[in-house]
Amino acid sequence: MKKRWYDYLWIATLAYLILGFVNILFAWLGLLCFLIPIVISIVKGNKAYCNKYCGRGQMFNLIGGRFGLSRKKDIPKWMKSKWFQYGFLIFFFAMFFQMLWVTYLVFSGARELKQIVTLIWTFKVPWEWAYYGDFLHSGVSQFAFGFYSVMLTATILGLITMILFKPRSWCVYCPMGTMTHTICKIKNRNK
Amino acid sequence: MKNKAYVNKHDCVACGSCVRVCPMSAIVVDGIAANINCEKCVGCGRCAKECPASVIQLKEG
Ligand code: SF4
Ligand code: SF4
Ligand code: SF4
Repeated sequence: MKKRWYDYLWIATLAYLILGFVNILFAWLGLLCFLIPIVISIVKGNKAYCNKYCGRGQMFNLIGGRFGLSRKKDIPKWMKSKWFQYGFLIFFFAMFFQMLWVTYLVFSGARELKQIVTLIWTFKVPWEWAYYGDFLHSGVSQFAFGFYSVMLTATILGLITMILFKPRSWCVYCPMGTMTHTICKIKNRNK
Repeated sequence: MKNKAYVNKHDCVACGSCVRVCPMSAIVVDGIAANINCEKCVGCGRCAKECPASVIQLKEG
């Protein structure tokens, strides 16, 4: 298959993950991975983000496929069921809003900034090496730590299911994928 | 008769993995599901092996 410019977006994803180790404020860039798919699905009514521009998906294709780090087994049935997809979506966004709430508390001064990255919503990892003081406000850093936690968690879960099942198993239950899928469905219904 | 690949469009997550592995460039993803051109498909089964949602099946066509 002919390679196009967007076939290299996995480099951007990899760079993003590395930059989060260097300076946590780069985590803000990850907002693009939330906004772009939503805008595409609303404006175009398709999932072009998933099958063309998503660097995360490409990274799994590459590591699991080309480098062979995947058992290439079918995912269990329950994992591709609608209830799991939507259940995970709801859980994911509940955790996301909880993260926004903590950010709000830090912005309002009710809480102190914590220089930690929380993995899989459970494990708190000290991350102060990527912190060089606050830009504008400690809330800006708090959001960066929170958002990077979300992105790294998604990557870790994706890597685990990549190894256990097929390279892109994450895409079956990815909350962004489920959400854009729903938006497209609603949008295309009135055609 | 030769085998051909078919997509269960209802459960396709439009990830495009099948597009990347098809040697015949027989697949495009339009909208929210993959579409296989059965004229081009040679039934090699690579797409089905790659599909994370297991929605591609080879059938006699
Ligand atoms: S399902 Fe998620 S990870 Fe997969 S391509 Fe879509 S946005 Fe990217
Ligand atoms: S069976 Fe082979 S030729 Fe047919 S669509 Fe799948 S990958 Fe392409
Ligand atoms: S690999 Fe499977 S889920 Fe992904 S686009 Fe192709 S048919 Fe759909």
